Amino acid sequence: MGKYIAKRLLHLAGILIAVSFLTFLLMYLAPGDAAVKKLNAQGIAVSQEVLDRTRADMGLDRPFLVQYGDWAWKVLRGDLGASFKDGTSVAGKLGKAMGYTALLALGSLALALLVSLPLALLTALKKDTATDYILRFFSFVANSLPNFLISVLLMYFLCVRTRLLPVVADKSLKGLLLPAAALSIPMIGRFLRQFRAEILEQLGKSYVAGACTRGVKGRYILFRNVLHNASISILTIVGLSVGTLFGGSVVIETIFRWPGLGKLAMDAITNRDYPVIQGFVLFSAAVYVLVNLVTDIAYHWIDPRVRQE
Amino acid sequence: MKERKNRRRRNRTRLYILLSLAGLLILLSILAPLLTPNDPNATSALHMNEAPSRDFPFGTDRYGRCICSRVLMGARTSIFSAVTLVAVTFVFGTVLGMLAGWFGGAADTAVMRLADVFLAFPQMVLAIAVAGILGGGMFNAMLAMGVTGWTLYARLARAQVLALKKEAYVSAARLTGQGALPILLKTLLPNMLGPLAVNASTQIGTMMIGIAGLSFLGIGVTEPQAEWGSMISGARAYIQLAPWAVLAPAAATILTVMIFNCLGDCLRDVLDVEGAR
Repeated sequence: MGKYIAKRLLHLAGILIAVSFLTFLLMYLAPGDAAVKKLNAQGIAVSQEVLDRTRADMGLDRPFLVQYGDWAWKVLRGDLGASFKDGTSVAGKLGKAMGYTALLALGSLALALLVSLPLALLTALKKDTATDYILRFFSFVANSLPNFLISVLLMYFLCVRTRLLPVVADKSLKGLLLPAAALSIPMIGRFLRQFRAEILEQLGKSYVAGACTRGVKGRYILFRNVLHNASISILTIVGLSVGTLFGGSVVIETIFRWPGLGKLAMDAITNRDYPVIQGFVLFSAAVYVLVNLVTDIAYHWIDPRVRQE
Repeated sequence: MKERKNRRRRNRTRLYILLSLAGLLILLSILAPLLTPNDPNATSALHMNEAPSRDFPFGTDRYGRCICSRVLMGARTSIFSAVTLVAVTFVFGTVLGMLAGWFGGAADTAVMRLADVFLAFPQMVLAIAVAGILGGGMFNAMLAMGVTGWTLYARLARAQVLALKKEAYVSAARLTGQGALPILLKTLLPNMLGPLAVNASTQIGTMMIGIAGLSFLGIGVTEPQAEWGSMISGARAYIQLAPWAVLAPAAATILTVMIFNCLGDCLRDVLDVEGAR
């Protein structure tokens, strides 16, 4: 187990180095001169003299690899550079926004699990009945809905037509409800379908039939054996959805004006504020790989067969 | 046994219906310029935010443009871009994956490590960053989605080649002295197309949602070119005055994505392939 974790951490380090390189390369290759972008973002008139000085200040006259090395070294120490727009630290901006995105992401994840897990159990147990067909149809429709569309439709029907909820989200539970629902509906569709398949697979295994013939209560088998065994795959599915959450948060936060990472990134794109975009991409990739590493380790921890290998 | 046969027949019928629906959508998108009741880009100050009528079947938007015509032209953008994108990433990823699986060694390591790195980015995050930096436009939006899209096919093709490589018929083909290219194309490819095709067909809907999402954010397909995501985004502020300007492209998006997703599912059932995702 220790050896496995060490190996995975080494792999993770390699991936993160490559990710940082690619992120840096993306900004390096971006059309236009970064010094001009910075001056424009700050609203300073661009003259040749100012430009030369800014370029030298930013280190843009050095070779690519030296620039990357310098940047990566700073990133390692937690310095993601300064925003082009207002000169404040990117790490600070991300830190401030992170709480909001975490609240939104965890809220929608909790909502998705709360809805999809019981429903998946229900459809699996009632396989090939009307309940199963109806729920599967809903899961299919939910899975085909882009989240920006859900947001707009929810806003229209709940805020504009019936005035049940406020249009602009505040930090209250009521304000969180709409963005979290918009983010979780496609997730519910996907979860429901994948969880159902997993539970059905477990139910078809011979240990279930064995336990049944030995007279073990159905509820006991379901909650102690089937759900326990299914939890490994469920964990993996949830872990992988973190990537979708990051992408979805950009859309949802922009629509609902939720001051999280996604809104920050979108504002940065509008302002051509490269360091902030860079920070956001790097941060979300790092969190994504870390979460997947943790799920993999948890996987090993839950499953005694894998643990012994 | 009989039930299984029945199910198979039912699946086939379902597949034919869905294939014709998808074909109809593609045909509609090709013929769109001939079918539009009005000029999709013609603005009119006299017909702003008008309700659906005989002249404008789905009403007009805030500039007085005919929504029906724009939805039809938007079909062209959305369906064309998604299908092309899937085709390009499919070919690119499959070729890379097959070469990696067949030759192994350094080529394999290089391709798979590259795929690992691209998979470390959440797809939409990288797409938003790439599209945001490159600026709007359909080509850039497709590029942004495609940057990570190929990895799916590369991994799948590689795994398939590795599994099939040991089969007797592949060894037989090798013994006859055929080169790598004919074996890969004539012997291996036909045997691994099923799972790849299933994945490609499910990806059409995903890519469509992705491109529409980028356009919605204003970093994908840009005005005045008609696209469903940007139409919804533009009409959103006027939703109280002209809900049809949002609802028509919304319905078109949902319907199209559902048809292509259904097609993917059905193909999976018919070919009896375990989904990679």
